[in-house]
Amino acid sequence: MAIALTPNALLGRRRGNSFRRSYSVLPGFNLSLGYTLGYLTLIVLIPIAAVFLKTSELSFAEFWKVVTAPRVLASYKLSFGASIIAAAINAVFGLMLAWVLVRYSFPGKRIVDALVDLPFALPTAVAGIALTALYARNGWIGQYVEGVLGIKIAFAPAGVLVALVFIGLPFVVRTVQPILEDLETELEEAAASLGARRWQTFRYVLLPILLPALLTGFALAFARAVGEYGSVIFIAGNIPLVSEITPLIIITKLEQYDYVGATAVALVMLLFSFVLLLVINALQAWSSRSIGGSR
Amino acid sequence: MSIEVRNIHKRFGNFTALNDISLNFESGQLVALLGPSGCGKTTLLRIIAGLEQADSGIVTLEGEDASISSVRERQVGFVFQHYALFKHMTVFDNVAFGMRMKPRAQRPSKQEIKDKVHELLNLVQLDWLADRYPSQLSGGQRQRIALARALAVEPRVLLLDEPFGALDAKVRKELRRWLRKLHDELHITSIFVTHDQEEALEVADNVVLMDHGRVEQVGTPEEVYNHPATPFVYSFLGSVNLFHGRVEEEGLRVGADAVPHTQDNFTEGSEVFAFVRPHELQIVTDTGYTQGVAAKVVRVLSFGVSARVELDGLDRDKDQHFEVELTQAQVAGLALTPGQHVRLVPSRLKLFDRPGYVSADAVSNPASV
Amino acid sequence: MSHYSHKTTRFERNLATREAPWVKWTLLTLSLSFFVLFLILPLVSVFFEALRKGWEVYLLSITEETALAAIKLTVLIAIISVPLNLVFGVAAAWLIAKHDFRGKQLLTTFIDLPFSVSPVIVGLMYMLVFGANGWFGSWLVEHDLKVIFAVPGIVLATIFVTFPFVARELIPLMQAQGRDEEEAAVVLGANGWQTLWYVTLPNVKWGLLYGVILSNARAMGEFGAVSVVSGKIRGQTNTMPLHVEILYNEYNFAAAFAVASLLALLALVTLVIKTRVEHRASSHFNASHMVPADINTLSPRVVP
Repeated sequence: MAIALTPNALLGRRRGNSFRRSYSVLPGFNLSLGYTLGYLTLIVLIPIAAVFLKTSELSFAEFWKVVTAPRVLASYKLSFGASIIAAAINAVFGLMLAWVLVRYSFPGKRIVDALVDLPFALPTAVAGIALTALYARNGWIGQYVEGVLGIKIAFAPAGVLVALVFIGLPFVVRTVQPILEDLETELEEAAASLGARRWQTFRYVLLPILLPALLTGFALAFARAVGEYGSVIFIAGNIPLVSEITPLIIITKLEQYDYVGATAVALVMLLFSFVLLLVINALQAWSSRSIGGSR
Repeated sequence: MSIEVRNIHKRFGNFTALNDISLNFESGQLVALLGPSGCGKTTLLRIIAGLEQADSGIVTLEGEDASISSVRERQVGFVFQHYALFKHMTVFDNVAFGMRMKPRAQRPSKQEIKDKVHELLNLVQLDWLADRYPSQLSGGQRQRIALARALAVEPRVLLLDEPFGALDAKVRKELRRWLRKLHDELHITSIFVTHDQEEALEVADNVVLMDHGRVEQVGTPEEVYNHPATPFVYSFLGSVNLFHGRVEEEGLRVGADAVPHTQDNFTEGSEVFAFVRPHELQIVTDTGYTQGVAAKVVRVLSFGVSARVELDGLDRDKDQHFEVELTQAQVAGLALTPGQHVRLVPSRLKLFDRPGYVSADAVSNPASV
Repeated sequence: MSHYSHKTTRFERNLATREAPWVKWTLLTLSLSFFVLFLILPLVSVFFEALRKGWEVYLLSITEETALAAIKLTVLIAIISVPLNLVFGVAAAWLIAKHDFRGKQLLTTFIDLPFSVSPVIVGLMYMLVFGANGWFGSWLVEHDLKVIFAVPGIVLATIFVTFPFVARELIPLMQAQGRDEEEAAVVLGANGWQTLWYVTLPNVKWGLLYGVILSNARAMGEFGAVSVVSGKIRGQTNTMPLHVEILYNEYNFAAAFAVASLLALLALVTLVIKTRVEHRASSHFNASHMVPADINTLSPRVVP
């Protein structure tokens, strides 16, 4: 991904008074700067500022009461809990899938490789109804899991998890895969010549190299899952206090014309996303540093 | 066209890339900017081209202040270190690019462009590659196409950034000769940047030696090689033996040893660096001899036209190493064995003040190239 | 990208990078089962459910008036929002990749920001700015302009969620290309537009296309953000994903899945083009004699 943001970058920016540039013969600096900043402000920054300003209509006590109401708290628990578990499942299987795609040859590999990105391309609403159809009591999977094993997935918290695993699947694969591809076989040859068993080589040589990318993929999948709406609402059942995710709380409040309440909850999520964005940037900086260092 | 740069300063953050550079480049000459990496030579070249802006100082092209004209108007030909050929265009389109970019009124006709491109491709002897893409060319071919492209806009000056840097040794040698020949045919004022002293000395009419953003010496290849003006130039051009010593009545005092010297413009007692080229040292095996620096033979390398002898100084604290170049006949006559104690006597010794060398006149006045 | 031309991968041919067969088969079985369970089955089920009641119902569902209106609106939204973000992406990439200035890192982070905002919050934000009680609400009412619960609102929300796609693709690519070719063009007398058009853009055309098809897929498929600002007025502000939801909630499953299957087809086409483009881009990239690329190009290409 593009340039990573580190805390230093933020500090460095503060020292400067504005967007000052060093000399370049390539023209168009002012035009592209003006256009970029203008468009960014109009589309992104003003709307985000609106969330902060709207929330300021509440006193802190009121704000606190809204964002810690039992139903809201239950939704945090579900949204964050399911997202972390989904991201962890994706980390394990994503790493495995990336490994298999890079290391082994098998029929249909090209198709598997291309379809890994399906969750990026498939509209979330479509994913939502498809997963619901599969995991409902009469669905292809649901009839066994619910009918035979008695585990309810659709219209229960487990359904939320299924949807979040689906939408987060490509992140880990696509962050780990390029690193695996660029890996020198010499590393493993060296480890083998030093007497390491295959598992030891993976554990002590490969995993540390893959770890930054793996964590980045985990964090990206997590960030995406927390904010996800479309695929979840169909399968979740949306039972208050049980299977209601935080984005749905915002929608519900909006439908009741409780703009301030909706905005307050949105602010909590927004702040959380920003922190996560910083973490992801730091992880990516670490990731590119450690690739750089291993060469 | 003549080029003059006056009092050029350039800093990148805390790093001083160029410190008060003043130089004259006479019309029609081929000049090398030579120095180690980070000495500021490429920055200077880019400032002359207008690709970079100096913090202060001016560049004049044929007496005109160039800072008022943009890169596009300067009419300089620039050959980039990695050629910067347009990857998605054929060789033909690359060479034609400059002509096609001209405003409609000045743009040559299609036929004129075609003729000119083929003329240039013939000049660089690559007309048969016109339809290829840069990725299908060898390094040397790319280099020549880059040159043809730069020449297509009929530049008044040709600037080349490490023109042979990315090529392997054999191609590099060929292209060197070829560039010299081309220059003799075209007579465009040309400046090229290099860190390879052999390249600079072989190809250029004049060499500008730079270090740490300063000009160390300007002169013909013979001048700078035979009469280095500064310790830097001495050590940068060819291998060299270095002694630290003090000027005394009977000669140069180096540790416990005394070395004869002929330079008499140093007052007695001054601390100096003394430089000797490997071929300017003689090995004396006579144990009774008292002059020269005592040393111990480490290795004798007697292959090739001349032989080399590697020696260590006897003063253990100093950890000094010497290199002497002799003819095969001389080495055979000496019959040296590793571990043998000998004395090294310089036939020619160049002294420089120690510790801080103060810049010579050549640096502050515009030096003519 | 890995090369599929070989029967075995370089890792399988090397003793030191090879696992025992049982390890290999276990990993293959586990990961591919996961893949089938979570990706293939949902995809297949869309088409299966869509055709459950036969072709007649299927065709009727997607040619019915409100469905057609939804398709038209969805295409319109993409036609407006994708080019706008394309122009922005090129401008931002030119700025960030070809110039040095203070605040560059911060700007890059801001460009990424829309990826980390929940779609629902995107919708909410535009409500706050343009809604009846929003900042510009009364002004809009006075001038008889409608943004929320109308097409402009849907366009804005879509622009927000697809905002970084093109820029994200172009910035690392253009950074890796360096500035040599542009500088060469300028020295040869090209002006800024000529440099952009003849030198920069041809070099990044595959990345550009990649960004465009991804943002198009997202623009046509966006649900959360659009559902907040659309008002879901049938035949007027209903996009395809919203239409799917309405039909689904009315228990008209066959019709819901029929429209969904169109979106799934769009996703498949997107993936096919994307794979092709990636292939072309990587062969284009390898054929060129590039200076060692910026470290950023080595890091993964992930688009949330």
